[in-house]
Amino acid sequence: MFLINCPYCGERDQQEFKAGGEAHIERPKQPTELSDDEWAEYLFMRKNIKGVQFERWNHAHGCRKWFNMVRDTSNDEIKAIYKMGEKPPAQ
Amino acid sequence: MTKNLRVKSSEYIDETNRISFKFNGKTYHGFKGDTLASALLANDVHLVGRSFKYHRPRGIMTAGSEEPNAIVQVNPGTNRTEPNVRATEVEIYEGLEASSQNCWPSVEFDIGGINNFLSPFFPAGFYYKTFMWPASFWEKYEFFIRHSAGLGKSPTSSDPDIYDHRNIHCDVLVVGAGISGILAAKNAAKNNFKTLLVDEKNELGGSTIFENNEFNKIDNKTPSDWLKKEIEELKNIKNLEIKTRTSVAAYHQYNYLLARENLTDHLEAKDKTNKIRQRLLKIRAKKVILATGALERPLIFNNNDRPGIMLSSAVKKYSEFYGVTCGSKNVFFTNNDSAYESALSLFNKGINVEAVIDIREQSESKIVKKVKEAGIKIYWSHTIVDTAGYKRLNSVSIMKLSTDGTSVTGSKISISCDCLGVAGGWTPAVHLYTQSGSKLKFDEEKQIFLPNQNTSEQLSVGSCSGDFKIDEIIKNLNHKLKDTLNIKETDLDNIKVEIDHENSKKNIWLLPSDKPLGKTKPFVDYQNDATAKDIKLALREGFRSIEHVKRYTTTGMGTDQGKLGNMHALGIIADTAGVKMGELGTTTFRPPYTPLTFGTIVGRNVGKFFDIFRRTPMNDWHVENKAEFENVGQWKRAWYYPINGETMHQAVQRESKAARESAGILDASTLGKIDIQGSDASEFLNRVYTNAWSKLAIGKCRYGLMLNEDGMVYDDGVTTRLGENHYIMTTTTGGAANVLSKLEDYLQTEWPELDVYLTSVTDHYATASLCGPNSKKILKKIIPDLDLADENFPHMSFKEANIGNIQCRIMRISFTGEHSYEINVQASYGKDLWEKCMEAGQEFNITPYGTETMHLLRAEKGFIIVGQDTDGTMTPIDLQMDWIVSKKKYDFIGKRSLYRSDTMREDRKQLVGLLTEDPNEVLEEGAQIISELNQSPVEMLGHVTSSYFSPNLNKSIALAVVRGGKNMMGKKLFVPMENKNINVIVTNPVFYDEKNERLNA
Repeated sequence: MFLINCPYCGERDQQEFKAGGEAHIERPKQPTELSDDEWAEYLFMRKNIKGVQFERWNHAHGCRKWFNMVRDTSNDEIKAIYKMGEKPPAQ
Repeated sequence: MTKNLRVKSSEYIDETNRISFKFNGKTYHGFKGDTLASALLANDVHLVGRSFKYHRPRGIMTAGSEEPNAIVQVNPGTNRTEPNVRATEVEIYEGLEASSQNCWPSVEFDIGGINNFLSPFFPAGFYYKTFMWPASFWEKYEFFIRHSAGLGKSPTSSDPDIYDHRNIHCDVLVVGAGISGILAAKNAAKNNFKTLLVDEKNELGGSTIFENNEFNKIDNKTPSDWLKKEIEELKNIKNLEIKTRTSVAAYHQYNYLLARENLTDHLEAKDKTNKIRQRLLKIRAKKVILATGALERPLIFNNNDRPGIMLSSAVKKYSEFYGVTCGSKNVFFTNNDSAYESALSLFNKGINVEAVIDIREQSESKIVKKVKEAGIKIYWSHTIVDTAGYKRLNSVSIMKLSTDGTSVTGSKISISCDCLGVAGGWTPAVHLYTQSGSKLKFDEEKQIFLPNQNTSEQLSVGSCSGDFKIDEIIKNLNHKLKDTLNIKETDLDNIKVEIDHENSKKNIWLLPSDKPLGKTKPFVDYQNDATAKDIKLALREGFRSIEHVKRYTTTGMGTDQGKLGNMHALGIIADTAGVKMGELGTTTFRPPYTPLTFGTIVGRNVGKFFDIFRRTPMNDWHVENKAEFENVGQWKRAWYYPINGETMHQAVQRESKAARESAGILDASTLGKIDIQGSDASEFLNRVYTNAWSKLAIGKCRYGLMLNEDGMVYDDGVTTRLGENHYIMTTTTGGAANVLSKLEDYLQTEWPELDVYLTSVTDHYATASLCGPNSKKILKKIIPDLDLADENFPHMSFKEANIGNIQCRIMRISFTGEHSYEINVQASYGKDLWEKCMEAGQEFNITPYGTETMHLLRAEKGFIIVGQDTDGTMTPIDLQMDWIVSKKKYDFIGKRSLYRSDTMREDRKQLVGLLTEDPNEVLEEGAQIISELNQSPVEMLGHVTSSYFSPNLNKSIALAVVRGGKNMMGKKLFVPMENKNINVIVTNPVFYDEKNERLNA
């Protein structure tokens, strides 16, 4: 059970949060310009890395804010947490 | 005839408090402070159970939670009964009853014991190999296997006890209150760390508390006396909370631990009532100090499982702590010095010790010399090759061990005995450590796995970190504490320790016998009857991974999880396969460390708290009026209101007719409501719904369909524009939370530039939906001054009004196709509003209707229910709702996906209406639809999603999704049922009032 440092509320138990999949996948600004393959790439393709992964999390039972997390999926170490719109930390 | 084997007064046993208890129906006596195991041993009862596979007689082996054999059923036949309880952990109380498991008709005479003689036919993987053929026979085999499997019996009536959960936050959690745990907790608390110390036993002090080896001294006192003084001092320390009878079950990441605090299991039945039995502690600690100690290993030799064969440390604990001797003629078998302490402990109490058999060549330590001086015969370089005695050990046979330890030589010597203490060395209890994700390393010299790579703020101290001698423990504990807690001095700095050093070690994982391995039974896992030869067989059959060998042989898979034998299994595999133990790794230690009852896990979440329901403000009225309820999302919704013993069908038919003929009323409070404000609110709605919103006038309502980005229908509902920058959105009852979460997601992550604020107001409003041709008259009676003229308050519009002093929002919207109004008031006025409507509607025979009638009425109109007629694979085009998809808008969620080649296929499943040829035949929801009879296999074209008998049309109607259904209007299809085929005709899904004339009726 993680202890997650919500950037708005501070450290809270994992059960207050919801994982939201891979981070930094921007919704295309002009979807109609995309081919089926390009759209499918955005829509369906997600990484599932053993190691350092960038993820979206939501403080669902708290402030309801979304934020980003860098997590090592091999040992669940949370390496960094930063707000939406902020640049990911250099690796 | 029972003997009394109580040998001396113990300060932990209250001999003035005599307790009677029953074991296997027979009454015995013990004293306050006894465990079931110590009390049985005091009565000379060793045989307590039968093993799982061979039904071999088994006795008490240990004095702790690692016990593999003495697992009993406590209080059999009562609703408090609990199976698989370790007799070594049950504290006795007046009236306790316990019985053996896995034996029939009795533990003394067990029919299943025949398996022991058939054992050559039950090798590892017996069940896998035997019951494979023919495959179709598995069901028949299973019946018999299930019958013979299983140990205890679960209770058949509900648990009368109360369980509880508690969250605990602390700076330092110390697990284990032996010498290292006590010293760690004391120093942490003294340095202002909020400290929690837990131990599974009822007394603090671990094994040091009865450590009376005269050659070990701390500050010139025996370790036992010194530790008692330390424990006494704990009482005066602030910041320190101590919980005994508390066993840590799981150690998760980020220092989150679960512990079971046992509060009433040691009490008499009359004292248990109305008390919390067990509490699950959910502990989040900044730092965790593991002082979980070490478990003594047995030795693996032929017939090492007879009742009377115990761990040497257990013999010592029973003698020193409980004042009970386990036998009158004792023998010890060892590979290290600790058996000598046990031998001396018995000797000092005048109990007969026949011999010590040591596989080592010699040992020079003081304690060994003392044993020699006591005149106890020591057999160096000897091993036990066999034991005798079916229900109780009566002798052991020993032979000289060859120099390389793989065979025996010379002649056999038989030693008569009734108790054998076995000492095979100590295994650090690293279970919790590895559960936390931290990694172990194999120590070649000590031949044990030790903590190596910590993953969280944690520390292992004492024997669980490989320090077995008091001087090492204190020295290492001292500097580890200073490092971890960042403190300069501790009260360990000036402790003077004298110690008797052990200087020779020898480890042989599988001891040889004079018989070939195939003819012996050296048990590795006692509970599951896995022997060394099973492990070797697995290796011969090609298993290499320790995890595979474990599963194939079931080694370590009992309720004790192989706490005693896992190391031997690893050692035997390593030796046989010629690899190093360190390379082999260990099996995974999984929580819980000792079994937990389900009650502890669920805590208070039982009965009506098992799954908590939400109820609307009108709920009491529904209950008073005998509504039947259905669960929708977390809500309890009124389903239908039967009167005069109506069936559900009769009630729904009556309600449906009334709603169309005069007036009906529905509690619609459960619909999700999201308040949307901000200067970009219109733009936001444009992006989330498929249709256009910019031109919706203030005071008007619009139906919207929300898609997922993959183009599939996600939710629907009516949204009303309350002001220039203010909307109220309704969602489906079940989808409310997810819709809000999805909208927040887009708002925060994709469109942060939009000025929009979302607030869930579902619980803030109560909603009564008034429908039917007389709804206008009823509303007029309630709010006489409200202008209800169709031109001023048309369909899909909104007005604010007052009912007396109660403000309300009224939407003229309809899910039934009738003229209707949804009246929203502040939730606390919900019941009041409802009663006013009922009163005003009385003259029009206003009929309350539930969700079933609502579903029927909307189905007559062909309105979809998201989640019933859609399943996450339906686009609006599939639903024949092309009209709601804006062609002009550049983008909205899911738009691009509507033009993917797959979503544009003509032969997708599409929503259609179905009419049965026989108008009285009602289809089953979920029934499959086919176009060809007499074909096998036949293509399934789709299925029925909604089906009702319509009282207003006087015929059966259904909605269905059918492959290519759009182009099948008028076509005859079939719904095959178990014993007939139902003929159906594909139609338009709108069955009633296709021109929407009734909306203004």
